[in-house]
This record gives sequence, structure tokens and C-alpha cells, in this order.
Amino acid sequence: MNKHLGGQSIKFAEPVSIVSAASVVGSKEGEGPLSRYFDVILSDILAGKKSWEKAESEILRQSLELAVKKADTELDKIDYIITGDLLNQNTGSTYGAMDLQRPMFAVFGACSTIGEALSLGAVFVDGGFAHTVLAGASSHFCAAEKQFRFPLELGTQRPPSSTWTVTGAGSFVLSKDGEAPFITGVTTGKIVDMGVKDQNNMGAAMAPAAADVIAAHFRDFKRTPGYYDCIITGDLGTVGKELLIKLLDAEGFDISKNHTDCGIEIFNPEIQDTHAGGSGCACSAVTFAGYFYSKLKKREINRVLFVPTGALLSPVSFMQGENIPSIAHAVVAENKR
Amino acid sequence: MNQSELAKERYLELVKKATPNSKILKNCVKAFIIGGLICCLGQFIHAVLERFGLSKTEVSSYTSIILVFLGAFFTGIGWYDKLGNFAGAGSIVPITGFANSVTAPAVEFKKEGFILGVGAKMFIVAGPVIVYGTLASVLVGLFYFFTR
Amino acid sequence: MKELVLEYLKVFVVGGLICVIGQILLDKTKLTSARILVLFVVAGCFLGAIGIYEKLADFAGAGATVPLPGFGYNLYKGVCAEIDQNGFLGVFTGGIKAAAAGVAAAIIFGFLASLLFNAKEK
Repeated sequence: MNKHLGGQSIKFAEPVSIVSAASVVGSKEGEGPLSRYFDVILSDILAGKKSWEKAESEILRQSLELAVKKADTELDKIDYIITGDLLNQNTGSTYGAMDLQRPMFAVFGACSTIGEALSLGAVFVDGGFAHTVLAGASSHFCAAEKQFRFPLELGTQRPPSSTWTVTGAGSFVLSKDGEAPFITGVTTGKIVDMGVKDQNNMGAAMAPAAADVIAAHFRDFKRTPGYYDCIITGDLGTVGKELLIKLLDAEGFDISKNHTDCGIEIFNPEIQDTHAGGSGCACSAVTFAGYFYSKLKKREINRVLFVPTGALLSPVSFMQGENIPSIAHAVVAENKR
Repeated sequence: MNQSELAKERYLELVKKATPNSKILKNCVKAFIIGGLICCLGQFIHAVLERFGLSKTEVSSYTSIILVFLGAFFTGIGWYDKLGNFAGAGSIVPITGFANSVTAPAVEFKKEGFILGVGAKMFIVAGPVIVYGTLASVLVGLFYFFTR
Repeated sequence: MKELVLEYLKVFVVGGLICVIGQILLDKTKLTSARILVLFVVAGCFLGAIGIYEKLADFAGAGATVPLPGFGYNLYKGVCAEIDQNGFLGVFTGGIKAAAAGVAAAIIFGFLASLLFNAKEK
């Protein structure tokens, strides 16, 4: 049967179980409102390593191994690892997944990476190319600041629209066999460029990509926003959330009642000085792995549309004055097949 | 999504409305106070050095050196970025901010080694200041040379 | 005593105001701090050349010399002094010579800091 649906979606014939989810976060995330949902909160932002970059890999490794352990399975049973991060040439994933010694794909979708990894993983499993896939994503505040902005000790002010890169990693085991929740469908985003250039306003850069993929999802699946208990975007923050709701409203979809954003959930901006919210690959990965996954498990929510969002810029493209194109990938997680 | 130039223009209008402005008045007050205080510290150091009977140039040079030392030291112990987060331009514009902009990358890029890390990256922020400062001095120098 | 208070008040107000100009640029124009520093040094140098900065420095002392335009003004003073002494060569040597103490201090203390300290999380 044809599993491709509409313009850019897939509806799985055999829903793919999210067997387990693991989240490892830094101390700042551990002080935030979602503190009790995370599996591991590190007190040392270096995770015992010598550099921020090594620390990020270590955090990813821990979360990958923890997801395998929580799934009650073994590394040998993992057919593929699919991970990604923000560091140049995906080195966070390289050094993080290296020791696991399983077949591996490193992917890049900036902060939407976990959506990309879950989509591809579910396709592998549903297609029968793999029985079990391990998907994950990581980011590290200090490593991201160093690569994309300024050295940490530089005394600068962050504007109110800026976001705070989450330190952590979230990983999921996807399998043919297993219990709810299931990934029942995905909608893959297109690259959207609406002319935003401001590196300190990523939410505004990414909101159109999120709106585009969410609207495409509703059309492809012939669903309305009311179908979902929650529509969860990745790291739009407060500025991006407002824009997303407006953009979708113009398309005829009202998501104002059930929309939430991982970047808004993960920090308390009043106390934590995080301005518009959290960001980074880990933002959506750990918030979904920690908070929303457990709500799905407890059946407090049963149908969610998870839409991690990514700003596809590099330090070079930014310095050359290019716009910041963005992408978002929608993943449907449901408790019913 | 419609990504025509017109749609982009309209969207950027929407972005402008949705993006909160910096609290500019509050930021200016903080910058004023901290910037003013750092200058007063400079004046104080200057006054103390004058008592040692140094020449005018020596006094101002040593004042700069001491302020640069303080900027570098507080960067090293991790205080200057917190001051900068509070004071903004109040701690960027004084010469201590120049020291911060040299020391911060030096400390950050230590992991990349002392030659290509510390050595090469030390001036990624402050380098342009020296480049364009020198160019400006040559320009005004030329002007001075031909008009004096 | 009254004179001393007045002296420091002038330093405080002028120094503070120069920083406020920087803050307005920072908040209103999205210029990064590196761009503002460049702008200020170049501005200080040219304001020196047209004679304005000298008056400001006489009036406010460290209030005018500690902020980065003061660094630019210092470059201007240096280049003129060198030209007076060495002629045309001064065009080349004056600026860097005037900046030498500050730049060398930044290199020395920046390097020492990199030996002694590690970057810390925010």
C-alpha cells in the first residue's frame, strides 16, 4: 500500500512504538520548571570532560545508553543510530555515538534535528529495514555560544528576543514491537526563508517553517488542530509562538488553544534570565523525552503533534549577511495505533 | 508558504511588532552608572599615580595598564561577563571592556592550543579596533602632516 | 573637598554619557559590541583631529580618556607628536606607538589570564 500521503507526509502502516525516552540535561535546565521530568541532571556542565564539545558528546552518549537501558534491550539489538547536533560537521554526534559501535547516520536539521531523526527512524522501522532504531539529538550552551556567538566571558547583553541554548541530550528507542505511544505519521518540512536576518531572533526566523509544515500536515492528513491534545513546537520561544499562531490563523487554522513550545516550557524566564525561551537541538529533544513522553505514557495526553524547529544558519552564512532559512518536521505521536 | 518579496515584507512587519524592544531607558541608566563609576576609578588611579611624580604621559599610560589589568583579571575570574550582562555598554565602552574583549577569547580558545587557540583568536573581537584605530590615526596623521 | 566632588562628578557624568551613547547604539541599531568599539575609537580619533576631544578631556579627565573614544584620541595625539618629532615617518609609527601600552597590557594580561583561568558557564 502507498504510505505516502498528500504533498509531504507519510502515514505508517505499522505504527512505530516509542519504546523508551531518555533525557540528560545540565544544571540550569535542572533548575527549571521541568526539573522532575528529566532522567539525569548533571551538576558539572563539563560532564567531567575537558572541553564543552567533549562534554556535549558525553551527554549524548549517556542519553543514548540510558534510552537503550530503559527500553530493556541491548546495544546489539540496535540496528541503526540516527543522531545530530549543532557542532561543526556533527562532531557532537561523532564522538558521542562512536563508542556505541552500531551502524550510524548523523543528520543535521539544526534545532529540528530530533524531528528529522525520529522521522527517519520511524521510516526505517515501518519499512522493515530495521527492527529497532536509536534516535537522539544534543546541544550544549557553552559550545553553541562559542561556535555561533561570542566567547563565554565576553561581557555582552542579550536582547529580549534572544533564546538560551539548552545543554542536554534526548534519545528515543523506536521499535516494531512495543507499547504506546506510537509514531503514526510524519510530515517533512520544506526550507522556508521569510527574510529574517537577526541571529538574536531565531523564533521569528523559524515560525514560518513551523507554520508551513503544520498547515501541510493538516491538509495531508485532512485533520484540524482540534485532533491533537497538544501541538508542540521545538524552540520558537515567546516571540515565535505569537508569530506562529498568527501565521496559521491566516491559513485558517486556530492552534491558540492547544499550542505549546518546548522552549517556553523548559525555562522560567523571570528567574532564569533566559529571555524568549530555550533553544538548541536538545531543547525539543529533552522536553519531549522528559515531559511530554511521560504525559503520553500516563495518558494525560493521547495525541500530539511534535514539531521541532530549526534555523539553518552557519557562522559563515550569518557573517556574509545571508537570511536565516528554517525548517521544521512534524511527528505524530499517539497512544492509539 | 508564499515566499514572495511582498510576503516577506509583510512578515517582517509582523516580526517587528511581535519582537519586544530592549528596555532602553533602564539599560541606559545602568550603562550610565557603571560606565561613570569605571571612569571615576580611572580618575582615582590617575590621581594616585600623579603623587609618585611621574610624567603626564607615564601617568596616563600606567592608568591604562592598570585598568586593562583589572579588566583582564575580572574576566578571568568570570565576573566581567556578569557585569556586562547588567551594564551593557557601561562595561563595554571603557578600556576595561577592551581588555575583556581580548581576554575572553584568549581564555575560551585555550582548548585549541596556545598558538592557534590563544594566540590566533585573542583579537577576534578587539582586532578590528586596532586595525581601524591605526587606519584612522594614519588618516589624521596625513592630514596633520600636510596642514601643520 | 568641594572641588574634588565636582571633579569626580564631571568624570562620572561625561564617562557615563559616552557609555549611554554606546548603549543606545547597542539597543537601537543591533550593532554588535565589536562594531561599536570600532566606531568609538575611530570617532575619538577624528574628534581629536578637529579639536573637540581635547576640550572634553580637559574638562572631564578620565571621564573622556577611559572610554574607548579616549583611546582613539590618544592615537591622534600620538601621531601628531611623532610627526612633530620624526616628520613623515610619524604618520606610520605614531598611532601604534600611542596604543602600545594599552595593547601590550591587553596581550600580557590576556595571555596570563588564559594560563590561569578557564572559561566558566554563565
